Amino acid sequence: MSELIVTVAGLIMVALIIWWFWFSTPKAAHAEKDAAVEIAVKDGTYQPAVIEVKAGKPLNMNFLRHDATPCAEQVVFSRLGISAHLPLGRVQNIHLPALQPGTYEFTCQMGMYRGRLIAK
Amino acid sequence: MTQHYLAIDGLRCAGCVSTVEKALANVPGVVEANVNFAEHTARVEGSARTDDLIKAVADAGYRASEVQDTADDDSEARQTAELAHYKKLLHKSWFALAVAIPALGFGFPAMLGRQMPHEWMQPASYGLMILTLAVILYSGRQFFIGAWKSFLTHNATMDTLIAVGIGAAWSYSAVATIAPGLFPAGTAEPFWDVIVVVIGLVVLGQALEMRARGRTSEAVQRLIGLRPKTARVVRDGKELDIPLAHVRVGDTVRVRPGEKIPVDGVIIEGHSSVDESMLTGEPMPQEKASGDEVTGGTLNKTGSFLLRATRVGRDTALSRIVEMVRQAQGAKPAIGKLADTIASYFVPVVLIIAVLTFMVWYNVADDFGMPQLSFAMVAAVTVLVIACPCALGLATPMSVMVGVGKAAEYGILIRNGNALQQAGKLTCVVLDKTGTVTQGKPAVSGVLTAPGWQENDVLKLAASLEAGSEHPLAEAVMAAARERGIAAGNVEQFQAVAGHGVQGVVEGQKVLLGNPRFMQVNHIDISALHTHAAELAEKGATPTYLAVDDKFAGIVALSDPIKEDSRAAIAKLRNLGLKVVMLTGDNRTTAQAVGSQVGIDEVFADVLPEDKDKKVNELRMRGEVVGMVGDGINDAPALARADVGFAIGTGTDVAIESADITLMSGSLYGVANAIAISRATVSNIQQNLFGAFIYNVLGIPIAAGILYPLFGLLLNPMIAGAAMAMSSVTVVSNAGRLRWFKP
Repeated sequence: MSELIVTVAGLIMVALIIWWFWFSTPKAAHAEKDAAVEIAVKDGTYQPAVIEVKAGKPLNMNFLRHDATPCAEQVVFSRLGISAHLPLGRVQNIHLPALQPGTYEFTCQMGMYRGRLIAK
Repeated sequence: MTQHYLAIDGLRCAGCVSTVEKALANVPGVVEANVNFAEHTARVEGSARTDDLIKAVADAGYRASEVQDTADDDSEARQTAELAHYKKLLHKSWFALAVAIPALGFGFPAMLGRQMPHEWMQPASYGLMILTLAVILYSGRQFFIGAWKSFLTHNATMDTLIAVGIGAAWSYSAVATIAPGLFPAGTAEPFWDVIVVVIGLVVLGQALEMRARGRTSEAVQRLIGLRPKTARVVRDGKELDIPLAHVRVGDTVRVRPGEKIPVDGVIIEGHSSVDESMLTGEPMPQEKASGDEVTGGTLNKTGSFLLRATRVGRDTALSRIVEMVRQAQGAKPAIGKLADTIASYFVPVVLIIAVLTFMVWYNVADDFGMPQLSFAMVAAVTVLVIACPCALGLATPMSVMVGVGKAAEYGILIRNGNALQQAGKLTCVVLDKTGTVTQGKPAVSGVLTAPGWQENDVLKLAASLEAGSEHPLAEAVMAAARERGIAAGNVEQFQAVAGHGVQGVVEGQKVLLGNPRFMQVNHIDISALHTHAAELAEKGATPTYLAVDDKFAGIVALSDPIKEDSRAAIAKLRNLGLKVVMLTGDNRTTAQAVGSQVGIDEVFADVLPEDKDKKVNELRMRGEVVGMVGDGINDAPALARADVGFAIGTGTDVAIESADITLMSGSLYGVANAIAISRATVSNIQQNLFGAFIYNVLGIPIAAGILYPLFGLLLNPMIAGAAMAMSSVTVVSNAGRLRWFKP
């Protein structure tokens, strides 16, 4: 009986992992008109990690790195070919060109810190 | 468009930042304004005046003053923070490993197949439950915070794996301690040792990795370290030592022997020799005198001089080099894209494998005579702690970081990741002749005359025409005329015909100066000096033909000396297995002569400037992977057409945008070095990727117990934790090996 319970619970857990990490999207923050998007690099994450921005308009992103781990010291927008060094404890501005509609991931060099810009 | 840097006083919160940014943005002429809250500075781009900017900030309720920005220099703050973080990680690790001693003691009798006396068992387990909780809270808290924050953003990281593994192991052990009756008899075995050993080793691994990583970025730190902290500025007739950030454009700066030059500028008094090797890789010091440009960060060797600052702060060549290197260090070559894709799915997949491992072993452990719950738990936890997304994620960027830094040490600036990867795949290198193989400083080596003409007359007419030309050969002709005391005449109706020559009317005579093609097009017979011209060309000189009123008048022979090390550098390129091709607008005989002197495989002569890129394309169509080396200005289309474009000999002026790779020294060795560094870097990336893939591909199934049915082998989670910690350290250390590479 316990085997059945473990099997069913295990399958449900697998389904939940797939759904949570691949099929559901976190609530996006919205870039305010003409303001720079503020992003904290903290606790192993970008906060906010998902940001909706207006397509066709250039964008300023201000990264403030709190994490001392070297993993966090670079942010890479691989689709845009842009990367920047993030100094610890100081705001680093990154200017992005006007984006075509779509999703643009930004990550640390290792791809562990992950964020997404959704241009609409 | 200029950049202004302001120090802002009175910023209290992020709200202040946007208030000041808006105030600055509203000043007419401002294109962009960014406030750095942590640094209390603002960077403003546009044509606005500084006074207006300061006033706008004051009107908004804050105080501003102008400073020069050197924000790329966070080296001290960074080193302090990293050292503090490193020490903190070590403390965390030591604490966990100290608790591991009693925890291992607790599990030791079981390892020997014995049982701890029952009356000791319960209190010892309770004690360890509290101690391990303390380890989790002090040494492993960051895993749980990181995992939770990532979970909220629907991401999963290495923190997730460790937190879930440790969390499951602790919860299981706590239940086995508090309510052993819930388990079948004899199976309620807590594994406190696994929890603390895994935390201790993983944190220790992070500390070691951090240490090794610090060394991978030392090239940039070295470049930043070239900049002195202060500058000796002349103000009101007095020489004052002021912080570098306070030097402004137009300031007069004193540089004494043995000092680093603080900013970019032009020498206005004095002379010296300047060692630029730290930026260009050029070993010989350069003589500099009044009117010459000098670059911040280079070393003044012998004399004292005054310079007028022309570029300060972020505008200096050194700052731009640092920025370029950092940009390239963050770039990903195509080779790393697959690893990135895998890494993005990796952690959730491992979570799924861990769940499936638990499920399967729970169902079948009985068949192997093992306690189902604890066996399934151990296998699942081992899967979680052995999987190492870090090794995969680090494999490419660490090598790129060291490789790009290594290149910068040799005065080679690599613009992006693909250039780094492609340079190693080149099969053919195309060299532009003038300024690349040769010094690019032509001089008149002889004047030949047609019957009825005097040398000085030929030279005078040639110089008169060239006075209106911007061609590099023009200066040589004019210099030769000056040397002989010949005054150039006035030229009218001047016209430059690209790839052919120049023409105009000098003192009422129609004069043409150019190559044989130009003469042919204008139906001028130049056969009178054909033999002499051929002789000149065979010696590597370029004969330039002069015609007056449609009649051939003579030849001005121009020679451009070959760079001293061109021959050796070309031999090195050939040793690297590359075919070396030379491209020039010169006639075939001259081009062949130069080509054979330096050991070129194939020569393309008589190539019009606009056809250079066609020749590059021709080689690509033949299946060659082509690197084009040129000065980056005249050769821009060919550089862009090539698989990899090298701009050579640009000194510290790194404004060239058309090249994938910029060589700050004028030596062709830079091309060979860049290719060798690229090959070494790509090979290092391949080793890292192979290691990281193999580690995970073998490690995860073994951890899941795939070998147990065959060999009775199940990996201990503590060994898995140690392997995981060492895998990323290994990747970073392997990338670090590149630091010792000598091209």
